[in-house]
Amino acid sequence: MSVSLDIRLKRANKVYHEGEVVAGVILLVCKEPLQHHGISLSMEGLVNLQLSSKSVGVFEAFYNSVKPIQLISSNIEVARAGKVPGGKTEIPFEFPLNSKGNKILYETYHGVFVNIQYSLRCDMKRSLLAKDLSRNCEFIVHCQPQKAKVVPTPVNFTITPDTLQNSRERTSLPKFLIRGHLDATNCVISQPLTGEVVVENSDVPIKSIELQLVRVETCGCAEGYARDATEIQNIQIAEGDVCHGLSIPIYMVFPRLFTCPTLETTNFKVEFEVNIVIVLHDDHLITENFPLKLCRV
Amino acid sequence: MTQSCFFKVMLCFQDLGRKKREKEEEAVGPDFEPWSAKRGEILARFTTTEKLSINLCMGSDKGKAPSPGSSAVSEKVRTRLEELDDLEEGSQRELLNLSQQDYANRIEELNQSLKEAWASDQKVKALKIVIQCSKLLSDTSVIQFYPSKFVLITDILDTFGRLVYDRIWTMCSDPRPLPDSFTVEDVNDTAKETCLNWFFKIASIRELLPRLYVEAAILKCNRFLNKSGIQETLSRLTAMIRGIGDPLVAAYTRAYLCRVGMEVAPHLKDSLNRNFFDLLGTFRQISGESVQNQLVVQRVEVPEYLTLYSPAISWILQCIAYRAPEARTSVNGDDGEIALLLNSVMRAFRPEFVAARATDFIGMIKDCDEAGFPKHLLFGSLGRSLACADPPESERLTILNEAWKVITKVRSPQDYINCAEIWVEFTCRHFTKREVNTVLADIIKHMTPDRAFEDAYPQLQSVIRKILTYFHDFSVLFSMERFLPFLDMFQKDSVRVEVCRSIMEVFIRHQVEPTRDPVILNAMLHICKTMHDSVNALTLEDEKRSLALLIIGFIRMVCFGRDFEQQLSFCVEARATFCNLEPVLVQLIHTVNQLAMETSRVMRGSHSRKTAAFVRACAAYSFITIPSLSSIFSRLSLYLLSGQVALANQCLSQADAFLKAAVSILPEVPRSISIDGKLRSSESFLLDFINNFLATLLVVPDHPEHGVLYLVRGLLNMVQDYTWEDNSDAKVRVYVSALPLLAAMSQETYLYSIPKVDSNETLYGGDPKFLSEINKLCETLIGQILDHLKALGRDEQSTRRQGALAFSLFGVLLAHGDLRNNKLSQLAVNLWNLSHKHGYCDTRISVRTLEYVKHQAQQPDMTHLSDTVQSHITGLLLGIFSTDIGTIDILALVYLPLPCKATTLSHQSRQC
Repeated sequence: MSVSLDIRLKRANKVYHEGEVVAGVILLVCKEPLQHHGISLSMEGLVNLQLSSKSVGVFEAFYNSVKPIQLISSNIEVARAGKVPGGKTEIPFEFPLNSKGNKILYETYHGVFVNIQYSLRCDMKRSLLAKDLSRNCEFIVHCQPQKAKVVPTPVNFTITPDTLQNSRERTSLPKFLIRGHLDATNCVISQPLTGEVVVENSDVPIKSIELQLVRVETCGCAEGYARDATEIQNIQIAEGDVCHGLSIPIYMVFPRLFTCPTLETTNFKVEFEVNIVIVLHDDHLITENFPLKLCRV
Repeated sequence: MTQSCFFKVMLCFQDLGRKKREKEEEAVGPDFEPWSAKRGEILARFTTTEKLSINLCMGSDKGKAPSPGSSAVSEKVRTRLEELDDLEEGSQRELLNLSQQDYANRIEELNQSLKEAWASDQKVKALKIVIQCSKLLSDTSVIQFYPSKFVLITDILDTFGRLVYDRIWTMCSDPRPLPDSFTVEDVNDTAKETCLNWFFKIASIRELLPRLYVEAAILKCNRFLNKSGIQETLSRLTAMIRGIGDPLVAAYTRAYLCRVGMEVAPHLKDSLNRNFFDLLGTFRQISGESVQNQLVVQRVEVPEYLTLYSPAISWILQCIAYRAPEARTSVNGDDGEIALLLNSVMRAFRPEFVAARATDFIGMIKDCDEAGFPKHLLFGSLGRSLACADPPESERLTILNEAWKVITKVRSPQDYINCAEIWVEFTCRHFTKREVNTVLADIIKHMTPDRAFEDAYPQLQSVIRKILTYFHDFSVLFSMERFLPFLDMFQKDSVRVEVCRSIMEVFIRHQVEPTRDPVILNAMLHICKTMHDSVNALTLEDEKRSLALLIIGFIRMVCFGRDFEQQLSFCVEARATFCNLEPVLVQLIHTVNQLAMETSRVMRGSHSRKTAAFVRACAAYSFITIPSLSSIFSRLSLYLLSGQVALANQCLSQADAFLKAAVSILPEVPRSISIDGKLRSSESFLLDFINNFLATLLVVPDHPEHGVLYLVRGLLNMVQDYTWEDNSDAKVRVYVSALPLLAAMSQETYLYSIPKVDSNETLYGGDPKFLSEINKLCETLIGQILDHLKALGRDEQSTRRQGALAFSLFGVLLAHGDLRNNKLSQLAVNLWNLSHKHGYCDTRISVRTLEYVKHQAQQPDMTHLSDTVQSHITGLLLGIFSTDIGTIDILALVYLPLPCKATTLSHQSRQC
């Protein structure tokens, strides 16, 4: 006998804010009437922290501090033990999205070492002979918009062989002059990162110009911490020997789920940076780094 | 190239419909030449023989999709994506050494697999295919092929764009379809979310070029999200194209963006203009090191390289020029670039616009440097515009002179003919044969060395076609000295025949008056001979037939008026020339026969010595031509016809010869002949012919040296000896139909005769010996017929045939026999009885025959009929048919018109 259990949220995009009501239906489809021992629905929000392998040895001592942090947890009984008629049954539900105690509901974020995830779980208990059924459904939480006005902080940059740090072979570098600006480093997460870059001149032809979006995740507490930077995405904005003197737009959409407003708590931090990477035809790699502050308005 | 040259080109964008423009927000009108019209041209023009490669790396591109399912929705999507990744991870395929056709096939395969993936709900795979395909566009190896590659790959992108748009559109079409003019409010959340997902996914494509192309492909989907999305995206993508380093790749990306933009939002001119100026801004890259190095490696000359741009630039300009407000701009650049631009302007703008400023354009073209963009291409573009629109009358000659001055200096024969071919149209349109002749002479001069014409047949053919569209007067056409020498350049047989054929078609269509102009005749004879000589053993029947028709059309148009001898000698020449095409020979015989009759008409029937000799010459012509025909029935009917003509012209011995010849080939008639490819029995044709022949024999006088009724006997002997089909009454039918002839011959005055020819009536003057010969013959025939009837009676199955035959003999006897003779009338009654014995006879005909008999009986000296026949037949008839037909019917039939003796015969005589 086939039974399918599903959770359908009312909002197509599954995005909710604190204080709102998460509403939807539990959808049961079975061919014949179905006996069960109760259906329950629970909501959970968790921050999962993980130490990168290279830091595990050093920080084993405070291993405890990286246990998951529960942000929200509640449970309701949807149906008492009984029978569900055959066919399609929809059971509507509503959950108020309120934090537990004085916890803050952080925004959903899927990272490498930090994961903030919210989910609904529906369980159906059944007799000994039949397996219990359960279904998970993730929903997305956006934190409350920031009250303060975002001041765009434009940054101009000029890259020449002389501006480079940690270059071992400064003398052997070809000559180049690359100028540009970012319209803001205080970015609104729903708006793209914009700016311009101009190759004024370059002895060696350009092979590629790329934007590398990087997440910097820090886990730990007062005793010590682990900080790791990993790439989220790499977007090429110029390919080949571009026309000199012509401004090339910098444009990058912040990917959903993989970015969130810059976050700083006692236990962990999530920050973002962007690298402008210029690859020359002789495979010289020139990188210019800009820390970003993301926020939601 | 001289970088420092500083030119200014004034561009005027014409204003076609400024008033309407406000409302022109939706799709482009029919006056916009669509991309589909350009596609084929580009594919045909940019080809290569070099080997191509396709490099597809499905799923091995890590950075591309950040996003196992960019929203929480997609647990399902995520797993699917992972599966796909596993499935195709590292399935990097590199296909090397592809020919151009292989390449196109591969791309088409990808197009198919895109559709399949989409249909089987593998959206991610579909996206991957599209990304990989657009990545191919960044590869500029084998650069000559790039424009064609662009065409092939953007087809896939278009497919993809359509699939995505349609899918989202159907998502909103529940419960009722979305109106075409929907707004964002009409779109439901699920559809919006799906749409947004596509855009997020595409925004995270790692590489620039695929990201641009794929986003452009689904540009239309912005309509689902917000009102200004299309405009914003267009201008953003336009700016992003600046990041493409290769100027050619960038130019084509711009062309694609403009193409999508025109489809979705033709009123948004800003980004079109932006694209154009950015394009101009990057022109200097062409002389830069990267491009030049690439050209050296690929061994491509700069002029050739520049032509690769023209489809893209022309397209962009066409988009801009479409219903654009007036705008002027000046462009700075060096020669090659200006020329490139000029070329595109001339191709993109309306021909009327270009034609009105033709002189200015010529000036600008002349200023360009030969090292840059090839000039002949510029003149080609100009010529194309002038072929459709007329420049001011006063300037036309100058334009032609200026243009031709340059064209004639083009070295490469291929380039030369491409350009000259275009300009022929302009020349033909506005000038006389003198100028056209000059142009032809120039073309001959250029194309003859090294047999250059061999590679230029299509263009040369097109020159002929153009001339033929404008010159319908063939005396003018052939008086061009260079026209025939021009034709001599077509030395490949198939092409040559095709050209001749097209000339003949025009001739037949436009030559109304018959002609005797020696220039036309000579030339046409030459052309027809060429067509005729192409016929060989392998030529198809249809081909032969159509060639013959064309030649016949020409022969019919030849007329020398009263100069009959000239006409005959023309026919003699034509026979010698066209001996392989039978229909032509048949036509020639008809022409000559007609000529003889025409002579007789002019002489009012009585020939002088000279004309008599001439008509005998005509007869001789036919007599020696007919045997060369292979179709037996053509021969038979022509012998008969020519015999009749000879008789009409008092050439008795010639007529005898024709008729004798006809009789002598009768045994050769096969029992079955093929008609329209099917084998049919020849019997009915043969019977028709013999009846016709018999009717003619009435007037043919007996030859003094041969016996009485020599030809009739001869014919009947042949009929007897002929191997007829088994179980056929044909032979006897001939006998039955010979009886009326013999009856007619025994009359005192014949029913018809030929003026100035004495028939047998005069020769024998009713001599009893002659009559008894006829009677003997009749008896023999009737005896034969009766034998046959008896034979038929033996077999049960042939009674119907027996009845029909008996009835027809009865009819003949009734109409032609002298029934006062008791024996004959008894025979008639017996035949009537026989024919009704088995009841197969058609009652209506029986009744009508009976009425006829009654009617005849009332005539004076016919009373014997009532005595003898009526008593027998009426009783019998009423006895037989009273059951079938009521008395009223019989009464009604009494008043039907009845045949009489005279009409029966005259009916037969009409057949000849």
